[in-house]
Amino acid sequence: MPYIPNTPEEQQQMLKSLGMSKLAELFADIPDHLQLKRPLDLPEPLAEHQLLRYMGQLAEKNVNLDRCISFLGAGAYDHIVPAVVSHIINRGEFLTAYTPYQAEVSQGVLQSIFEFQTLIANLTNMEAANASMYDGATALAEAALMSCNVTNRRKVAAAANLDPRWLEILQVYLESQNIELINIAYDPVTGLVDLEAVEPKLGAELACMIVSQPSFFGSVDDVDRVAQWIKSYQGLLVMAVDPISLGILKAPGEYGADIVVGDAGCLGNPISFGGPSVGFFAVTGMKLIRRMPGRIVGQTTDRDGNIGYVLTLQAREQHIRREKATSNICTNQALNALTATIYLALLGPQGIKQVAYQCLQKTAYLRRKLEAAGFKLRFNAPVFKEFVIQADWDWEEINQRLLEHGYLGGFPLKLADPNLSDCTLIAVTEARTKAEMDRFVDLLRGWR
Amino acid sequence: MLLLDLSVPGRQGYALPKLDVEETPIEELIPETYLRKSELGLPELTEPEVVRYFTQLSRKNHGVDVGFYPLGSCTMKYNPRVNENIAAMPGFSRIHPRQPENTVQGALQLMYELDRYLAEIAGLAKTSLQPAAGAHGELTGLLIIKAYHEFNGEAEQRREIIIPDSAHGTNPASAQMAGFIAREISSDPRGGVDVEALRAMVGPQTAGLMLTNPNTLGLFDENIETIAKIIHDAGGLLYYDGANANAILGIVRPGDTGFDIVHFNLHKTFSTPHGGGGPGSGPIVVSNKLVDFLPDPIVEYTDGRYHLARPKHSIGPVKAFYGNFGVMVKAYAYIRHLGAEGLRAVSENAVLNANYVLNQLKQDYHLPYDRLCMHEFVLSGKWQKELGVSTLDIAKRLLDYGVHAPTIYFPLIVEEAIMVEPTETESKATLDAFIEAMQNIAEEVRTNPERIKSAPCQTPVKRLDETKAARSPVLTRKL
Repeated sequence: MPYIPNTPEEQQQMLKSLGMSKLAELFADIPDHLQLKRPLDLPEPLAEHQLLRYMGQLAEKNVNLDRCISFLGAGAYDHIVPAVVSHIINRGEFLTAYTPYQAEVSQGVLQSIFEFQTLIANLTNMEAANASMYDGATALAEAALMSCNVTNRRKVAAAANLDPRWLEILQVYLESQNIELINIAYDPVTGLVDLEAVEPKLGAELACMIVSQPSFFGSVDDVDRVAQWIKSYQGLLVMAVDPISLGILKAPGEYGADIVVGDAGCLGNPISFGGPSVGFFAVTGMKLIRRMPGRIVGQTTDRDGNIGYVLTLQAREQHIRREKATSNICTNQALNALTATIYLALLGPQGIKQVAYQCLQKTAYLRRKLEAAGFKLRFNAPVFKEFVIQADWDWEEINQRLLEHGYLGGFPLKLADPNLSDCTLIAVTEARTKAEMDRFVDLLRGWR
Repeated sequence: MLLLDLSVPGRQGYALPKLDVEETPIEELIPETYLRKSELGLPELTEPEVVRYFTQLSRKNHGVDVGFYPLGSCTMKYNPRVNENIAAMPGFSRIHPRQPENTVQGALQLMYELDRYLAEIAGLAKTSLQPAAGAHGELTGLLIIKAYHEFNGEAEQRREIIIPDSAHGTNPASAQMAGFIAREISSDPRGGVDVEALRAMVGPQTAGLMLTNPNTLGLFDENIETIAKIIHDAGGLLYYDGANANAILGIVRPGDTGFDIVHFNLHKTFSTPHGGGGPGSGPIVVSNKLVDFLPDPIVEYTDGRYHLARPKHSIGPVKAFYGNFGVMVKAYAYIRHLGAEGLRAVSENAVLNANYVLNQLKQDYHLPYDRLCMHEFVLSGKWQKELGVSTLDIAKRLLDYGVHAPTIYFPLIVEEAIMVEPTETESKATLDAFIEAMQNIAEEVRTNPERIKSAPCQTPVKRLDETKAARSPVLTRKL
């Protein structure tokens, strides 16, 4: 047994020291009739060599992004990942550590989390960030719960142009605490939040207004008007953002956001069938900092006055406050947060601006080409790296045809919104080339 | 030095391919007022500098690869590296969650089979792989309990979740998040649930009980059948916190002992790396009567193909997409590699190692519950405390021996608690060295307490001032 060092002789020595002769005696406290009297019904074990072959075959049953050209987004994106990232995160000291409870032997993890907090706070232009959340969607749900706790209000408004899956998750989290979720309709022409659609008397009851920038449809909004609107009612502005977009788009802090969340999976993490990803959570103001969910690392000094890092503000957390904690989260996505930190350090400000700029320019290029090929743009607002096109097609069927040509098409919106059943959501990242896009347009044009 | 201290303007650690489309002036694409004006506040470094910075950081960190890590309730076992190779295969790491189902049959098959394996290990019916961590699994399980009572028209009345005073802090925090009232039940003198107190506590208001078994004292609650009967007779459900499942693989199945919902921590029991605090994975397995309430989606297999489906009365999704798939791949590979016999050997050796260490330490440290333990045990530092040395001091001194300290001050019902979980992947020699270190420290408490109180002295930094960090928080490095 390669992972279990005890030899039969050592087992006997150890049992003898306990006055026992058989391993079964160790389980004497489990009533005999409750013990499993047969082996678990599992497949025969595979030796490592067989295991690699078997798993390789299983992996080959999937069409992976190295074997096709993807225009699929809707919450997960084919961004470029620098090769060096995996080498760093696979260092055993990072990979095989846990939550840094013993700070003196966990400075590597603690300092890297402090870096993550710093870079996320800077990128979002907020004052502070936590150590990470499970993903963008759950970070958003926690932001809504926190807004209610801070404002003592029991209603949350969210723009209906958010990722519909995130809205569902938000609903699950809020419903469990009897908090009402109000969807604010989007304008059918622009795809942007329609504040006119909100009942004016509702404003004063809202804990927060949640906006997504860009929206699920890729559109970019004037968040200033939303910020002014919700602030006029003393509610909080919660923004869900794509961190890549912040290389170009106005930062949430510049809009006066109170809480900013998002998914940082796109920062250097493998797409991995949607997980593990990593959520981030940033706020401004000490009042909000002290109400944040999750782990937070702070700087301090040791006995000799040297700078070091520790988990801090732990009086918010479940292991101390139990049912009065700000959240139940403890294990988060530390290694994915480390990945994002390494990615941001490698790319730097110029690199992130370039990634954002290339997404923007390539998206604009494909959008223009598709429009010229006769496809209707569903919404007319500016877009960042995704957009919606409309055609009298079954887009799921089109995607099957595209696959035969090595293309992964967009996300058929009939799967998310019955009003958009003839639409598909196309994503373009910096990884796409002009030649790939030209051929994509040619294929679609040919089928019209 | 932090990344921003090392930053030199003009440096960059990664070069993108050249932009190959005609550019449109940016202001024609995005209105000028929507554009960023503030600095990004990111460092400017080249690749070798980034590698060296993080490599140096890693050297200041203890991990299972570095040395013994007996952190109780966390199962810090060896993480087989072959599983990293497997999870990194493009067929797993480079697939998009919204691809058509016919292009991800391998991934869905893996999820479906992992669901079956976990159901077999738990002795229950069907798994949701969506929760991202143990606490997330707890929340999901509690939402299912709520949905079940709602379905039976009893949600209004069944508001209470009973939780032992020895439970993980996540249990009451999760109950609160799910909209329940957490009621604490005391432990009996043997460390189990106080059955008489439980009988008095249950009633039409009881929604369920959350229990870890073996519990956080590392003790198997022999009264589990009676406890299950009390809860079920009162109309409640039993939730199994699987943080301690490393003791029970192939030995006893929670479902066979009366539990209705189980969560597993794939990052504990099933060897996936803890990553410095995640990613974890906290799948839940439920009994037949709860399958219809599972989160959306689950994986089903019909007519020769795997597909995603929404259960009839689903509580809805609790996470984007399907859960931490990359972690599932590693746990799946681990189960396929070990098989039934290997998993049983895991638990046997985990329990053997724990009892071996316990037996050698109970002369020097107070043992509040002197009986067979399972995969972990809890000592008390109260004898040392009487001599002026706290459990925190003992923990810090252990760091000087190259050992990560056990979990301390938990469970809350043991004064000056020291919770030790050796795991099955440690050798007798490592355990003996740990025993000797603990004995030396006990001796030092008597002979040289100042040495312990000033520990650690062999670590990258000396003892850190946590009070200062909380009193005047510095949470980011400002530009």
